[in-house]
Amino acid sequence: MSFLMFLNTDLLVATVRLSTPITLAALGATVCERAGVVNIAMEGIMIIGAFFAAVTAFYTGNPWLGLASGVLAGGIYSLIHAAAAISLHLDHVVSGAVLNILAFGITRYLMVLFFGHPGTSDAIPSFLGDYQFAVPLLSKIPVLGPVFFNQTPIIYISFILVIFLAWFLKHTRTGLHIRAAGEHPLALETIGVSVYKIKYLAVFISGLASGLAGAYLSIENNVSFTEGMTNGKGFIALAAMISGGWSAAGSFLSALFFGFADALQIRFQVFRIFHVPEELFIIFPYAATIIAVAGFVRRSRPPKADGVDFIIEKENE
Amino acid sequence: MIECCPYPPYEGNEKRGIMEEALETGRPILETRCITKQFPRVLANDEISILLNKGEILSILGENGAGKSTLMNILYGLYRPTSGEIILKGKEISFSSPRDAIRAGLGMVHQHFMLVETLTVTENIILGSEPSKGGVIDYQLAKKQVLEISELYGLHVDPDEKIENLSVGLQQRVEILKALYRHAEILILDEPTAVLTPQEVEELFRVIRALRDKGVSIIIITHKLEEVMAISERVYILRRGKLSGEGDIKDLTKEELANMMVGRDVVLRVDKKGNGKKKEAVFFIEDLSVLKKGGNALLDSVKLDVSPGEIVGIAGVDGNGQSELSQAVMGLVKIDKGSIRLNGKEISTLSTRERIDEGISFVPSDRQRDGLVLEMSISDNIIIGRHDRKPFVRSAGRINHREIRKYAEKLAVDFDIRTPSVSVSAASLSGGNQQKVILAREFSRSPVFLLLNQPTRGLDVGAIEYIHSRIMEMKQKGAAILLVSLELEEIFALSDRILVIYEGQIVRELKTNETTDYEVGLYMTGGRKKGSLNDGK
Repeated sequence: MSFLMFLNTDLLVATVRLSTPITLAALGATVCERAGVVNIAMEGIMIIGAFFAAVTAFYTGNPWLGLASGVLAGGIYSLIHAAAAISLHLDHVVSGAVLNILAFGITRYLMVLFFGHPGTSDAIPSFLGDYQFAVPLLSKIPVLGPVFFNQTPIIYISFILVIFLAWFLKHTRTGLHIRAAGEHPLALETIGVSVYKIKYLAVFISGLASGLAGAYLSIENNVSFTEGMTNGKGFIALAAMISGGWSAAGSFLSALFFGFADALQIRFQVFRIFHVPEELFIIFPYAATIIAVAGFVRRSRPPKADGVDFIIEKENE
Repeated sequence: MIECCPYPPYEGNEKRGIMEEALETGRPILETRCITKQFPRVLANDEISILLNKGEILSILGENGAGKSTLMNILYGLYRPTSGEIILKGKEISFSSPRDAIRAGLGMVHQHFMLVETLTVTENIILGSEPSKGGVIDYQLAKKQVLEISELYGLHVDPDEKIENLSVGLQQRVEILKALYRHAEILILDEPTAVLTPQEVEELFRVIRALRDKGVSIIIITHKLEEVMAISERVYILRRGKLSGEGDIKDLTKEELANMMVGRDVVLRVDKKGNGKKKEAVFFIEDLSVLKKGGNALLDSVKLDVSPGEIVGIAGVDGNGQSELSQAVMGLVKIDKGSIRLNGKEISTLSTRERIDEGISFVPSDRQRDGLVLEMSISDNIIIGRHDRKPFVRSAGRINHREIRKYAEKLAVDFDIRTPSVSVSAASLSGGNQQKVILAREFSRSPVFLLLNQPTRGLDVGAIEYIHSRIMEMKQKGAAILLVSLELEEIFALSDRILVIYEGQIVRELKTNETTDYEVGLYMTGGRKKGSLNDGK
């Protein structure tokens, strides 16, 4: 079997599918960090989103309700991070780490509560993967057509979000305020815009996006929730955001790269073209992450006040 | 007269009664009555009552920590007063946020600019008051509005340029435009000249007067006497949170102002005794270059020399290579070319430690980051660098705490470090006393060569006076001194020769008594191209 036979359209379709949760979480993180709040909690928010999407879809039988509930659960869960990092002035990384650990605890507890056992939930009756549809005309474009225009709902939403958020940050008032909050929050406060409100909003947006990423994992790419099914994607999203230079489009491209690495890894494992233990291939996307971040990160600059605590009233002048 | 705040009347204008006078003319636009602000540990404002007339330029003079900025932040709605009233156009008001203050017609130009560097001029000006439809910003309209105001007030700036690409003077202009865009009738400028060159100061004054003529009332907060004398019509003086005087500028002298500000007589000029003939130089820098990653020169073929008993001042706008120069001398940055010699010995290949052993002392510009280990005690900070040498260490490498303490206590007296004990942390000291700890450590080594980078940054007049006198003492003792400072006043007060640094090059050498701050300012901004360095010799 030759190596080249892997480089086909299927590989690219798989790339997009595998990159979607990374894209969504990275987009959210981008908004969050542009407002100056460091967010490493995507992993935890995703797992919460995935769980609630699956539970709702399971009990209502309606995956769309599952989607809404996953997104909302992510948003609400992220508010813990907002309260801790913004109002209580906790270190952003500490708060994020706590949220990640907490999410795994919560979902295990709730698994037992709802399904009577830990591990994997019962299969949902109907999943979003059923709603795959081809966009007329566009899906007929060779190679790119099936890759980008014959996909499932959340994947389309992720494409729209990339474009929307790029535009949103650049062209709306709120977007401008978010960018200012991450660079020089006091400049924003002194012309009368509440920095706290903007930061809360940005964290909430990132929670919604990560919740959506979780929903994708459990009810679109899969038919059930499994504990730990995020499998480090939240952290890869963090890497995608950084190597994407804290921009929506950059995050998307980086996420595609990581998705590609993942897709390649799976094929290597399945087809066993190289005679090495398959575990080595599993490392591949993570190794790619390290290389990409090491290679790109020097060129991209984080928002100046990213992760810096903001308190208005100071004791001395 | 408002009775809550009786300050000792200053001799010479005891019967002023400015307030009544102004009230009679019927033009007061803004008034504070007995404003008090109590912070957890500091009483920052103690019953302060001031009054601003429409269309006047008012100064509020005071040292660092006198409570000026607190008062302005209260006016601007950033802080809430503990007690007291603010009366705007005859009505009592209370601001709960800057938004309220802006709406009421107040604009503030902060000392540290409130500009987002990665955004454009237009984006910064409209921030928070964006012309928009359904949340979408109309950038076309915004740009047009910005151009209109800058035309109206004669404040020209490229609306599409990013802030990070603008000079400090232009950045300040954007700040002023930002206030005007919000229809400010009262403009508060906090230490507006702190970072400007003399030319930029002159331009700023022109702008301020033009604004006044258009009916804008202006408050300038400053600790610079010259500035008060040059631009304002009236002045209030704050000292330790209290109003210590007020008056018309035309009735006051600089000395009177200084007296009211500091609370005692101040020597405004350092006695600069020349030590006669210039000795042979001991410290040389030749052809020194430091390149940025990517190739731009941060220091470009710098050449200078310093003689014993001479102070050479490096004047320049911040960021023109001053920090690289001191880092290069101390061995904190890799040099790409050139040589540094002390007493005929090449030191550019030595480690920082070895350079210090050759007789270099260094006072860094950021005392809290580079000068001290804040968490450590005063005594440890005083001996750091010699902590592994006799007599501070016993034979087996054990630290001799008793010896250290004895030594530190002696220096604390010598250098007037005001502290209950030398075992308290350096962080607990005031800025002036922190600087004295560094001076004690560095000066007590009896250096051959002394490198001072902004030795009085952010200190009050009393501390500046003291530090300047210690520097002159080192000069008298025969140290060769290189003084880097952003304060032209300091450069002129201390140095014998002035080297102007611009974009990493020494563009001009001038003798202090043969030049003016205006001329130096011109070179600082690249106003004239590189002249012959040997002109003065």
